[in-house]
Amino acid sequence: MKPQSVLIELQPKFERNAPAALANTQLRRNMGKATQTIRAKRAAVVDEMPDWEQLRTAGRQIKEHTLYHLDTYLLQLEAAVQRAGGHVHWAADAAAANAIVTGLVQAHGAREVIKVKSLTTDEIKLNAALAEAGISAIETDLAELIIQLAGEHSSHILVPAIHKNRAEIRELFMRTLGIAEISDEPTALAAAARSYLRAKFLSVPVAISGGNFAVAATGAICVVESEGNGRMCLTLPEVLISVVGIEKLVPTWQDLEVFLQLLPRSSTGERMNPYTSIWTGVTPGDGPQAFHLVLLDNGRTNVLADEIGRQTLHCIRCSACLNICPVYERTGGHAYGSVYPGPIGAILTPQLVGVEHARSLPYASSLCGACYDVCPVQINIPEVLIHMRGEVVRQHQDTGGLAAALEPEALAMQLLSQVFGSQATYEMAQRLAQLGQGPLVRDGTISWLPGLLGGWTAMRDLSAVPQQTFRQWWRERDA
Amino acid sequence: MQVALFITCFNDTLFPQVGMATVRLIERLGHTVQFRSAQTCCGQMHVNTGYQREAVPLVRRFVQIFHDAEVVVAPSASCIGLIRDYYGHIAALADDTALAREIAILQPRVLELTEFLTRMGVTDVGAYFPHRVTYHPTCHSLRVLRLGDAPLRLLHAVRGIEVVALPDAEQCCGFGGTFAVKNADTSMAMLGDKLRAVRDTRAEVVVAADTSCLMQIGGALQRQRAGVRTMHLAEVLAHTEDRQ
Ligand code: SF4
Repeated sequence: MKPQSVLIELQPKFERNAPAALANTQLRRNMGKATQTIRAKRAAVVDEMPDWEQLRTAGRQIKEHTLYHLDTYLLQLEAAVQRAGGHVHWAADAAAANAIVTGLVQAHGAREVIKVKSLTTDEIKLNAALAEAGISAIETDLAELIIQLAGEHSSHILVPAIHKNRAEIRELFMRTLGIAEISDEPTALAAAARSYLRAKFLSVPVAISGGNFAVAATGAICVVESEGNGRMCLTLPEVLISVVGIEKLVPTWQDLEVFLQLLPRSSTGERMNPYTSIWTGVTPGDGPQAFHLVLLDNGRTNVLADEIGRQTLHCIRCSACLNICPVYERTGGHAYGSVYPGPIGAILTPQLVGVEHARSLPYASSLCGACYDVCPVQINIPEVLIHMRGEVVRQHQDTGGLAAALEPEALAMQLLSQVFGSQATYEMAQRLAQLGQGPLVRDGTISWLPGLLGGWTAMRDLSAVPQQTFRQWWRERDA
Repeated sequence: MQVALFITCFNDTLFPQVGMATVRLIERLGHTVQFRSAQTCCGQMHVNTGYQREAVPLVRRFVQIFHDAEVVVAPSASCIGLIRDYYGHIAALADDTALAREIAILQPRVLELTEFLTRMGVTDVGAYFPHRVTYHPTCHSLRVLRLGDAPLRLLHAVRGIEVVALPDAEQCCGFGGTFAVKNADTSMAMLGDKLRAVRDTRAEVVVAADTSCLMQIGGALQRQRAGVRTMHLAEVLAHTEDRQ
């Protein structure tokens, strides 16, 4: 069974969701402004690094090496965490991870937990699982809190509320935090959130986090953040539970040097992020006195098994690929219907849940390649997108039977493959095209791409097929 | 040099003038052009849409036709990008190591037109084109082939030309093959921004190294009656004072 919890709905239909997002002009403005600002910041701090390309290569190589020896490093990590007084739990899927975490919270008798922003726990829908057990999870990252209060889903992996502007947030706080009147100044909004969260930091006994990196040699876990609220969660409560994907390992402490340079510059466009918390097991008299590490698979070993797809596991969730993506910039994150939106979501989600459950995602890209250029760990996202498209088609062909074979696109592709299969059929198709007929034309004009006309002519004209092909010209010239 | 022209199915059928210009240009530079008429399609649409098993015969066909060419040149960045980056994957998918070997041997001799001109060491091709143009670096020429400013240097060397910079030039035009169909609305949103940038330059002609992107941009400019034409780089470079 493949995990499906990463999807917000079971079958994301990007093509179906996108038009509504595109028609929302407020959203388009919010997204355009936010992504352009962060792109410019990233470009500026990346340009000042003379060794950026070497750092990217080092980042990729460390990840490749770690994934190749993942079995060894995972056991190393387990032993190191245990040596340092922590407990290690193995979770094959979302259900197992949720059960482990819920059990741990219950064992400590807590009804509330505070949370560090964590995509991994979003992926497994931990908050919902905790709620079912009567435990309320309080998000402490400002943007994540906004999303939680609004009852929405995140639309960006780093800035979950990127689709919202200040006025919208002010209105939300007044409605949900019982605040009479505040301004929409960022400092006022932050102060309102702070007074709500401070009370929680000081009273809730259990915290739940993810982890950006886990050092196999020492058992250290690293969390990178901007606000300091994560630091509060990681230090004040009695119990800390961290849910970490098995791909987050690095072999040694020294490897962090590479990633802690790559990550902040790529994600927030900062030279260094404000808060980097690193802890190893438990330290008597200092910080949480019980530490549990939940190591999560949830489809990751399937990804690892795919030769082309496995590079997806290098991802350090910096979100540079979202910010640069011309598709994401225009549709926003919700259109993807996945916890992981944007280019990384388009390749990761189908691999985690199985392509049959996310067929539209690999196609939510013009293959422009901007994501590959900014990715700090050199994931060739267009390559994986094309590979996943192949998987979508092959899976459909192999399981969809006659109905799949008779779909218009499948028929057109089969036909064109035959047309291009010999000079004779190709030239015949060209002649038919000039007469306004055959597989290359429809309604007297070209239909090179299956279904081209419908969407195409809404905005663009199509010129008629010329009466002389290049090869006809060549023959005449030669004669 | 004996240049085997890969015209691409798209140019052959829909934009023959790009092929004619490419032939004129290469011949003017003193090379011989051969056209191997058995050629059809490189398989780009099939591969990029996911019909990769269906692309296997097309890849085989391409290799068979061109394996003994001294150099293969195509006026299409996206087709060359496919041949260079994905033919190996298709051979692996077909589990055909002999094909993979042949591909690896052929690949270095398959060049996009600008790459060919750069390889020959020419910047001034002796062209004359007295118009205001702007250059759109298509995603495949920019980020797959990494042509850099080579096309612009060629344009700047053209006599009589006025080259104006395109704002946000590196932004995708929204074509993306079947993307323009499957995600037509998103594609149009991207195209809308590209058109604004093009019109801001007040250029008479938009130039690029991919006819498919030019079809997207040109189709919309035509619809808007914008009075801006699209031309392939080869067409501009083929223009001379006595032949316009
Ligand atoms: S795929 Fe690369 S660019 Fe995108 S979030 Fe992951 S690390 Fe960052």
